[in-house]
Amino acid sequence: MAYSDKLLDHYHNPRNVGRLDKGSDNVGTGLVGAPECGDVMRLQIQVDDESGVITDAKFKTFGCGSAIASSSLATEWLKGKTVDQALAIDNMELVEELSLPPVKIHCSVLAEDAIKAAINDYRVKNGLEPIKGEESLVH
Amino acid sequence: MSEVQLPIYLDHCSTTPTDKRVVDAMIPYFTNQFGNAASRNHAFGWQAEEAVDYARDQIAELIGASTSKEIIFTSGATEADNLGIKGVVEMYARKGNHIITANTEHKAVLDTCKALEKKGVQVTYLEPDAQGMITPEQVREAMTDKTILVCIMMVNNEIGVRQPIEEIAKVAHAGKALFMTDGTQAVGKIPVDVNAMGIDLMAFTAHKMYGPKGVGALYVRRKNPRVKVTAQVDGGGHERGMRSGTLNVTGIVGFGAAAEIANKEMESEMARLRKLRDKLESSLMEMDEAYLNGHPEHRAPHISNISFKFVEGEGLMMGFNKDIAVSSGSACTSASLEPSYVLKALGLDDELAHSSLRFSLGRHTTEAQIDYTIEAVKNSVQRMRDLSPLWEMHLDGIDISTIEWAEH
Repeated sequence: MAYSDKLLDHYHNPRNVGRLDKGSDNVGTGLVGAPECGDVMRLQIQVDDESGVITDAKFKTFGCGSAIASSSLATEWLKGKTVDQALAIDNMELVEELSLPPVKIHCSVLAEDAIKAAINDYRVKNGLEPIKGEESLVH
Repeated sequence: MSEVQLPIYLDHCSTTPTDKRVVDAMIPYFTNQFGNAASRNHAFGWQAEEAVDYARDQIAELIGASTSKEIIFTSGATEADNLGIKGVVEMYARKGNHIITANTEHKAVLDTCKALEKKGVQVTYLEPDAQGMITPEQVREAMTDKTILVCIMMVNNEIGVRQPIEEIAKVAHAGKALFMTDGTQAVGKIPVDVNAMGIDLMAFTAHKMYGPKGVGALYVRRKNPRVKVTAQVDGGGHERGMRSGTLNVTGIVGFGAAAEIANKEMESEMARLRKLRDKLESSLMEMDEAYLNGHPEHRAPHISNISFKFVEGEGLMMGFNKDIAVSSGSACTSASLEPSYVLKALGLDDELAHSSLRFSLGRHTTEAQIDYTIEAVKNSVQRMRDLSPLWEMHLDGIDISTIEWAEH
């Protein structure tokens, strides 16, 4: 099966690789997946307290090309969005943008989970209730 | 550096290209000499039968069979595994109903055994040690007075481990059981002698040894003891009643030609591939956290399986699969999300199984290609580690096995 050019571009030139200071109050960290499942994503957001806008996002991923591309694309989309806007990102948008084949849809689900986990970490750090997401079916 | 031929194919355990000499031998049997080998009353049939007999001799020679009548042609090794196991179980049902095999066998053996279990056959699946080896002692302990067949592969398709089948065959025979081996990855690659090794039945195939796809064989011993299998495909009674169906004459001719070439070139080819494989392996093993899977010595000379910890196999392959073809024990290519059952049987945790690459070298592999592969794989491993949160944790001194991973 051939992968899309967009996916290959994100795989070969991943955006926003790295880490933010996870001890900082305006940084939310999501670590999802498990090594024995073959994919682990760490996605972090840095939020401007005043505006609620995500000013920076970083990731590192252990996984296949689709998992790497999904998390790379997710960080690109997160930057500039408010936390509320970020919560609305749906895994199917990643599937469409990267033309993920059916067997790789779980990679996009994981990326969505990582976004939500990062947002919840940020919320909890700042005295807010974590948002309860719907249970993901794939993982 | 000398010119590198791209793309580089290092997946010869999956399949091999058909040798041009083999194709040349096959071509007349598509067009002018197209006869049915079972047609007894005209020259077209005689020519086809003669060609099949010649191929049978070439193949018998390669495996040291006493007579070419011991070669039963099939559609491939999977069918031969099915015929050998199911055929013995049916033929010897009165003697017993117990089979001994290993959980690192190919699915063609494992799933055949599972199908038989549903019909009441008892199967013992031996577990290998951490290097993939099955010992004769394990087989001896599993033998019962109901054991009719011991089936242990010669060379494992994922890790290349060469089982001590000579000793295992002796144990099987001492317990009055037959010994069968799946020789798919061994025949044409390493010396095989069915008499010296005590093999009663052996499945193998043309396309792993530079022959065409779609043709294989089951070796069935005719003397000491005379082994019989119950046919699994009924019809015109071809292949001494053991496998009906018009013979794939072109395929068989190609199989024979491939066998002759493999036989002739085996010794020099083994030495050449071992040298290249060892170079590849030792260079890649210089990397941190690289682990060799399978026994380092008891192995076919052209196979190497290495886990690169903290990176995932499919992601790793994507870094170079434009130029280099290898395979991975990672589950990411399958829908099951389960990594290689062979590597897990060795006791590898899932994470290391996900991180494995299998390199299998072949007839057209050059040293320049190996040099290129070493660089490309090393670069990709490094790049993937730079992207890996697990590698970062490892560098920070965090033991990832102590982390509680979210439900996934």
